[in-house]
Amino acid sequence: MTNWVEIGRLSDIPKRGARCVSTPMGRVAVFRTAADEIYTIEDRCPHKGGPLSQGIVHGSAVTCPLHNWVLSLETGTALGADEGEVRRFDIRLEGEMILLDVAVMAVAAD
Amino acid sequence: MTGKQKLVVIGNGMAGCRAVEELLARDPERYEITIFGAEPEVNYNRIMLSPVLAGETSFDEIVINGADWYAENGIELRSGEEVVGIDTVSRMVATDKGNRCGYDRLLIATGSLPFILPVPGATLDGVIAFRDIQDVRRMVSTAEGGGRAVVIGGGLLGLEAANGLRTLGMDVTVIHLMETLMERQLDEAAGFLLRRELEGRGIEVLTGATTEEIVGDEAVKGVKLKDGRTVPADLVVMAAGIRPNIALARDAGLDCNRGIVVDDFMRTSDPSILAVGECVEHRGQVYGLVAPIWEMCRAVGDTLAGAEGEGYRGSVTSTKLKVTGVDVFSAGDFAAGDGREDIVYRDAARGIYKRIVISEDRVIGAVLYGDTEDGNWYFGLLKAGEDIAASRETLVFGPAFAGGAPQDPNAAVAALPDTSEICGCNGVCKGTIVTAIQDKGLATLADVRAHTKASASCGSCTGLVEKLMALTLGEGYNPAAVEPMCGCTELGHDDVRRLIRAKELKTIPAVMQELEWKTSCGCAKCRPALNYYLVCDWPGEYADDYQSRFVNERVHANIQKDGTYSVVPRMWGGVTSAKELRAIADVVEKFAIPAVKVTGGQRVDMLGVKKEDLPAVWADLGKAGFVSGHAYAKGLRTVKTCVGTDWCRFGTQDSTGFGVRIEKFMWGSWTPAKVKMAVSGCPRNCAEATCKDVGVVCVDSGYEIHFAGAAGLDIKGTEKLGTVATEDEALEHIVALVQMYREQARYLERIYKWAKRIGYDEVRSQILDDAEKRRAYFDRFVFSQKFAQVDPWSERVSGKDKHEFRPMAEIGVPQAAE
Ligand code: SRM
Ligand SMILES: Cc1cc2nc3c(=O)[nH]c(=O)nc-3n(C[C@H](O)[C@H](O)[C@H](O)COP(=O)(O)OP(=O)(O)OC[C@H]3O[C@@H](n4cnc5c(N)ncnc54)[C@H](O)[C@@H]3O)c2cc1C
Ligand code: SF4
Ligand code: FES
Repeated sequence: MTNWVEIGRLSDIPKRGARCVSTPMGRVAVFRTAADEIYTIEDRCPHKGGPLSQGIVHGSAVTCPLHNWVLSLETGTALGADEGEVRRFDIRLEGEMILLDVAVMAVAAD
Repeated sequence: MTGKQKLVVIGNGMAGCRAVEELLARDPERYEITIFGAEPEVNYNRIMLSPVLAGETSFDEIVINGADWYAENGIELRSGEEVVGIDTVSRMVATDKGNRCGYDRLLIATGSLPFILPVPGATLDGVIAFRDIQDVRRMVSTAEGGGRAVVIGGGLLGLEAANGLRTLGMDVTVIHLMETLMERQLDEAAGFLLRRELEGRGIEVLTGATTEEIVGDEAVKGVKLKDGRTVPADLVVMAAGIRPNIALARDAGLDCNRGIVVDDFMRTSDPSILAVGECVEHRGQVYGLVAPIWEMCRAVGDTLAGAEGEGYRGSVTSTKLKVTGVDVFSAGDFAAGDGREDIVYRDAARGIYKRIVISEDRVIGAVLYGDTEDGNWYFGLLKAGEDIAASRETLVFGPAFAGGAPQDPNAAVAALPDTSEICGCNGVCKGTIVTAIQDKGLATLADVRAHTKASASCGSCTGLVEKLMALTLGEGYNPAAVEPMCGCTELGHDDVRRLIRAKELKTIPAVMQELEWKTSCGCAKCRPALNYYLVCDWPGEYADDYQSRFVNERVHANIQKDGTYSVVPRMWGGVTSAKELRAIADVVEKFAIPAVKVTGGQRVDMLGVKKEDLPAVWADLGKAGFVSGHAYAKGLRTVKTCVGTDWCRFGTQDSTGFGVRIEKFMWGSWTPAKVKMAVSGCPRNCAEATCKDVGVVCVDSGYEIHFAGAAGLDIKGTEKLGTVATEDEALEHIVALVQMYREQARYLERIYKWAKRIGYDEVRSQILDDAEKRRAYFDRFVFSQKFAQVDPWSERVSGKDKHEFRPMAEIGVPQAAE
């Protein structure tokens, strides 16, 4: 089951940047890469909870602003020597609109 | 009557006629065929309009099927006659000439319509599209009078139009909405090269520019942009995109989305009507290129001939720009991603950029600039989904190398003839270098530079020279281990800085291309460094890339372990007042800031501020006269002072006043690493000036200037620069020293490390002994402050970077989907 909700437009997020969305299960971070791909992951670094939405985006990865872990936006796993993982959420673009699947959040909030 | 079935084709373009050719090849006798074409022409090759415009070929040369073809195949061509209605019940089409024509089978091939931006002035005389031969004739005749053209849209069509018009002698400006030209086909790096090439041809390129209005009375006079600029124009070409031409089909009640919906056999929702070309939507996809159209035509040929075919399954497309002398190719999906590997090859000298994107051992995308010969080979690998694991190492060198053993890194250099030039600046050939190494027994890079001058100027051939040394000396050569900036490049910080200036590189993509970066968009290590180098070297010209800054410098506050921020306003020289303290107290209460602390830098830190509150906190602080303290910046932090002659019984000079003066002069400047200063009023040194980056100890005779101290990770007392008599002189020396550091140091290198590396005497000789140099450094600093000394907090209070501080959306407890 999916439940797509409009959360904004592609142009709301700078290229190689991120914005966050508050949800009942906490903040999630929505990333836009240099190639205009979008990804959504939990806004909490698996290391010590750093806000990943504030990191530097390069390729399809983000470097955490607190201690420089690098997380893959595509798989949610830590790259390099570090080990850890964040949750990912389904997101898609329809024209300029960004849609987030909030079904999983409804379940979690129940 | 012939007993044959009647086929009517609407659209005498690329798809319509090719579909008929496909049909004739299968079953020439089956139909009596009539083709309607709105254009008063025979069937011509639309994609060749660009070379026609550029004067490289003529209309006659691009005709695909002339009048004889229609005659020989018994086809009735009704050119210059537009179909205006389809009656699906009586199976008739009606035309603008009032004629009607019945059909058994109808094929719609109406192509696309240019998208005309809905801005005021779009219908003025002199505003045209670039779609058919009429448009080209119009452009050519306008260009005869010279004048100025504006092309709106920096995609494939727009750029081909711009190039053509430029070739015809017009002054051309391209206005593009996005930052990257042809952004749907090219990544930033290739877009940069393309832009540079077009600019080199005299075409002005404005990216990130939105058209607001086309101005003029009857005839067009110019294009007004959203930022207020107006670009003068005698001709405006709209190349902002195309829309499938579906009005007829929709009015006839056929299923349409973006295009006319067809199945794999090109059948519309009416069984006797087929559609093909740019006007259709197949499996949710519409196309704007001919390769997929040819595939569709094969399918429609089968359907019309009643043959069993596989149908059309959709296409992967590739693009080439047809501008003579500019080679651009792109195919597939070239976005970065993981599990995806980028293989990047750059050759700055020849202006080549190649990027192959691989996923699970298969090529999924390619962007080639400058050398596109292998484009089709990559495209073939991509379409076939071939496993390339075995040839991955050499893939980027093209089919000539593929599958072979990994290249010897020196092989390319070994293969160069002796006469080929290695060092462009000094005109040194390979033979000269090799001979010098052998005859003079040179063993180090420095020796080779000294004897041959190779790589002694801009240094960009250092890598080549080192490869030659390795080849000539074999095991004997041990290249000086320069630590690369990061995994994206072989170059160290010093080389990068030198080359940025020597080659006048002014954007991050320019640096990455010219210095042959191995990744497409860098990493979290090199991007902030490059951003700093460019900010420092090209004040006023370089547009700061915020996405390449660490979060603290992006939001102008320090991130804390829990994701909140700390706010430290400037307290000039550590001096404050009741009004300022009251404002801080009010802010702390109003925003329930959990902690307030006096810092080691003589000011007040408010910790635990929520990111969303930052602009409001700054607004309140701003009202009390505070500006940002840059406690987060690789830039000027604090200037600590003591109470000096104002109060202290030992004070020799106005240390407080001078400290405030320095801070007011230098705040806002970006530096390689943070810079902290202090001014003490006497040698008792209560401001701890002798452990700062730059310190001043006032003495009876004047000002003792110190530098290169540290009290953090390392503890180090300062070195003495010298003593000067007046405050003005002291300021000039300090500013010059910091500017020298700004221009020379490696990113994140504090003054004490930099000065130790280059030698304290080097600093003294340039700053203390050489008045001319000192003055020049001072002037450059002053110039750059014109652009740097802007309070980032007040900018953001007035709305800059709003997106940084607010969530994009807030989702309540969602309702389960219906
Ligand atoms: C707030 C403060 C401590 C305090 O409560 O007093 C402080 C706090 C931090 N210091 Fe500091 N330093 C503070 C004075 C100092 C001093 C003393 C001084 O400036 O007189 C030093 C030693 C002097 C020096 O720099 O040589 C100092 C040496 C460091 C270092 C070591 C730098 C080095 O190159 O050796 C770091 C780490 C770094 O910058 O990479 C650091 C880094 C930090 C950071 C920025 C850590 C971080 O990256 O998040 C802390 C930020 C906290 C925040 O959000 O405000 N802080 N730090 C002081 C703020 C001064 C100000 O008003 O701006
Ligand atoms: C300048 C230019 C350069 C291009 N370069 C390339 C390139 O390099 N590579 C590439 O792959 N593609 C290129 N293209 C795109 C390519 O030309 C199109 O994809 C292709 O022409 C589409 O074929 P079509 O038959 O669907 O449409 P068209 O070729 O546009 O044919 C449609 C025809 O139908 C006629 N028509 C429309 N409505 C009616 C009606 N009601 N009654 C009668 N007739 C009607 C139109 O007048 C037109 O002649 C280029 C296009 C242009 C304009
Ligand atoms: S000493 Fe360490 S813990 Fe204390 S403020 Fe400085 S960086 Fe943070
Ligand atoms: S919290 Fe992300 S790296 Fe430490």
